Amino acid sequence: MNNNRFMERIKVGLWRDNPGLVQLLGLCPLLAVTSTFVNGLSLGIATLFVLCGSNVLVSATRRWIRPEIRIPIYVLIIASLVTCIELVFKAWFPSLDRSLGIFIPLIVTNCAIVARAEVFASRHPVGASLADGIGMGAGFTLLLAAVGFVRELIGHGTMFAGLDLLFGGEPMPGLVLADGGWLLAILPPGAFFALALAVAGKNVIDRRRVKKNSTAGLGGRLPR
Amino acid sequence: MSSSVVKSGITLAAIAAVCTALVAITWQLTHERIAENQQLMLERSLAPALAGLEFEGRISESMLLIPPPHELPGQDTAIVYRVFADQQPVAALFAVTARDGYAGPIRILVGISYAGEITGVQILEHRETPGLGDRIEARRSDWVYQFDGHSLGDPPLSGWALQRDGGQFDQLTGASVTPRAVIKAIRETLVYFAAHREELFTAPASEAAE
Repeated sequence: MNNNRFMERIKVGLWRDNPGLVQLLGLCPLLAVTSTFVNGLSLGIATLFVLCGSNVLVSATRRWIRPEIRIPIYVLIIASLVTCIELVFKAWFPSLDRSLGIFIPLIVTNCAIVARAEVFASRHPVGASLADGIGMGAGFTLLLAAVGFVRELIGHGTMFAGLDLLFGGEPMPGLVLADGGWLLAILPPGAFFALALAVAGKNVIDRRRVKKNSTAGLGGRLPR
Repeated sequence: MSSSVVKSGITLAAIAAVCTALVAITWQLTHERIAENQQLMLERSLAPALAGLEFEGRISESMLLIPPPHELPGQDTAIVYRVFADQQPVAALFAVTARDGYAGPIRILVGISYAGEITGVQILEHRETPGLGDRIEARRSDWVYQFDGHSLGDPPLSGWALQRDGGQFDQLTGASVTPRAVIKAIRETLVYFAAHREELFTAPASEAAE
């Protein structure tokens, strides 16, 4: 698979078919852990690794797997990868592991992962599946981080607080802009609002693009 | 039996074996670090409840498990860390659970000096409302520090309550269930300590549960 198509696949995951914004998959962690930027970013990275690993393994074994046993095998692969990631987090990012808590093991239940295994990795070669894993994972990570950023800014009045959870060292308060904030943003409804705004924002941008393209005479295909 | 079933079974078994090996290798590579981290995390979480008291040895090695039934808050096994200096008891740290919080159990660490004064209170775990009840956390407000230096006689037992309930301690605006539960747990721990002080410090250390 050449470089261009690899990049193309990644772009699809990042924007056109973003798992959170378009496929609306994996919303449980998206809504639950995004109360701060660092939590969103870290869970996103963990999901990215699991997604890449599971896509590669599913794709590499796709010729031997009979369709009737494919689901238990996906579950096996994803569950072991998540266990490995959890152990790695506990060993090298213990405070992050505490802050994300149950949501690391719960990556198993993120339907974005099993969906990519079923829809993409089981039908495409390893290279394309890896690109798909990177693209989808990065798209999911960016969305988690963005939602976390907005909720933290409005709810706590801080930016990038607690980056020490990810990089170690002294506690970092981040940029403190206000003492406390609008509570609603860090409560569960805030997650729904932030996600709704993100989805709406993507749709607006896509519409604008189509309009521009059609006025320039390139033909207006409505992007998915 | 059809051969396709056998083949599927073999494939499943093979992949299960590979996945198990993957997890086993990762565990091999990480388990020592994880144990070390947990030890460190424990010591670090205990330190603030000690108010800079001098001590010797590793606190985590003096752990005492008190299985229910006991008169401490919560119905689960309570953990006590004894702190010694020159073989003399200095303080005891109680990890107890308040069951009457607003959202699930609140794990509280209560440090009590041998003389019976509070050396520090830390909230270990909770799921209270962000922005309201979570101000019991030391990093969100100074609320938990108001207990330092107080003991069972100061204020008297009836004073160990929120001001709103006729006690001596500050409340948290917008939250009453949470701080009430925390104060009650501290009070019960103090009462238990007063009643069982000597046996607490002479009991042999419990084996750490894996």
